[in-house]
Amino acid sequence: MNAEQARASLASTFGVDVAAGVPMVVTVAPARWEELGRFAKDTVGCRFFNFLTAVDWKEQGLEVVARVDNLDDNVALMLKTKLGPGVTTCPSLTPVYQGANWMERECFDMFGIHFDNHPDLRRILLEDTWEGHPLLKSYAVDTPHPPYR
Amino acid sequence: MLDQNKTTRVEMDWSGPERLQMNMGPQHPSAHGVFRAIVTLEGETVVAVDAVIGYLHRCHEKLSETLTYAQYPSIASKTDYVAAMTSEFAYVLAAEEIAKFEVPKRAQYLRVICAELQRIASHLLWLGTWCMDMGGALGGGATIFLYCIRERELILDLFEALVGARLLYGFFQVGGTRYDIPDGWAQTCRETIDLIESRIDEYEQMLEDNAFFLARTQGVGTVSRDLAQDVGIAGPLLRGSGVNFDLRKNVPYSSYEDFDFTVPVETAGDCYARYKVRMVEFRQAIAIIRQALDTLPAGPISSRPALKSVAQIRIPKGEAYARVEGPRGEVGSYIISDGSAKPYRMKWRGASFSNLSILPLIIPGHKVADVVAIMGSVDPVFGEVDR
Repeated sequence: MNAEQARASLASTFGVDVAAGVPMVVTVAPARWEELGRFAKDTVGCRFFNFLTAVDWKEQGLEVVARVDNLDDNVALMLKTKLGPGVTTCPSLTPVYQGANWMERECFDMFGIHFDNHPDLRRILLEDTWEGHPLLKSYAVDTPHPPYR
Repeated sequence: MLDQNKTTRVEMDWSGPERLQMNMGPQHPSAHGVFRAIVTLEGETVVAVDAVIGYLHRCHEKLSETLTYAQYPSIASKTDYVAAMTSEFAYVLAAEEIAKFEVPKRAQYLRVICAELQRIASHLLWLGTWCMDMGGALGGGATIFLYCIRERELILDLFEALVGARLLYGFFQVGGTRYDIPDGWAQTCRETIDLIESRIDEYEQMLEDNAFFLARTQGVGTVSRDLAQDVGIAGPLLRGSGVNFDLRKNVPYSSYEDFDFTVPVETAGDCYARYKVRMVEFRQAIAIIRQALDTLPAGPISSRPALKSVAQIRIPKGEAYARVEGPRGEVGSYIISDGSAKPYRMKWRGASFSNLSILPLIIPGHKVADVVAIMGSVDPVFGEVDR
């Protein structure tokens, strides 16, 4: 599926505006997140899982961002979903992409986002006893943490 | 004389294989860093792996939110310290993409030369340490390690002449490069890559004629084409699994389209396939450096005025994901700018992080000794895994 076909089918299936460009940005509600992942993989052919991360937009809440690529046709999708203010749960992409496993663990570690259906959601970079989630904007750079100060 | 009827057979009360949990690491010479693999064994066979990472975590992503676009490139090199040029490259490309800064042709070529020299240096370190891990199979083991380090030194000398540092450079800056090549550097560079090219033939002879090397790498740690894409492994691992994808070819950046080179692809997906891919990449990197030196354009090395303050570079609102083909695969930087002198959010897509996450999926079923061979063939750098 080439970029133009992908854009048209994503726009009609999910009822959202998809701007042409590299990468194409698709934003959906969290309820359709896993469905979007499946559509990107099976229909658009984006089988390459590039990365998954989150952005803290302060009072507007957290946003989860994932990038997947179709290496054969050079189609790149940036998938986004806004969780909303105060919401820290998001559907997991691990049933679709195995690469989402560690990336979602990192997001949980850094942002405190709980991914539903994740098989093994625990901290990955920080130790299990760490308090807080460092990449949140509310977490100051110089937050003391015992035994490190 | 032994009476056959009176011998007693000793029977162990042992129903099925006993499982043993063992820590490999965090301090283990074959990990090339601090990495702990909790392996579950049945006899000599690994049945499960739990990878524990994060020992080298410095939270680069939080740090980058506190440093300006002028300051962070030199810190970026500390993510992947074996290929420091690569991470700087990805960061400045992302910033330039948002701001739509032009980069002079000369700077683009200098970037390519440094990135390819870095690829050779990084692959040399990989080859030496990996073969040493497999130890006695290779005539004492340390021979090829010392050979590789000897050649890597020559490249580090080149970098030292260029930027004054041997490991962490700070060569890139938004809008161009920080330094131009000194007099006589191009000639030294040519002589160095000529020498290294001849030595690569020597390594191949040492390794590919060695039955032990082949036995330890062929058919070990196989990654299928589908699994490779599903997990998102990149670089030589992806191409070793039959996916013809190289950012320098498929999505050219920094004038890579000007150079004539080929992308090696192997279909076996095992350790040997990854080795073959990297050996061809040595030669292709050398070919690219030669072409870049031959056609190096004259002109400025930066499109930006000289830096007078750290907050001088302002990037408009926007976001961009820029990626480069590093020695270990796709290294990407995803920057969200709010219009100030510092990024609002910066995400590192470290190649080693994705590559390492395949280990728990491919190691089970192999012997303990193969864990070392597989881990080495993945070539993780833990500064980039943990960031």
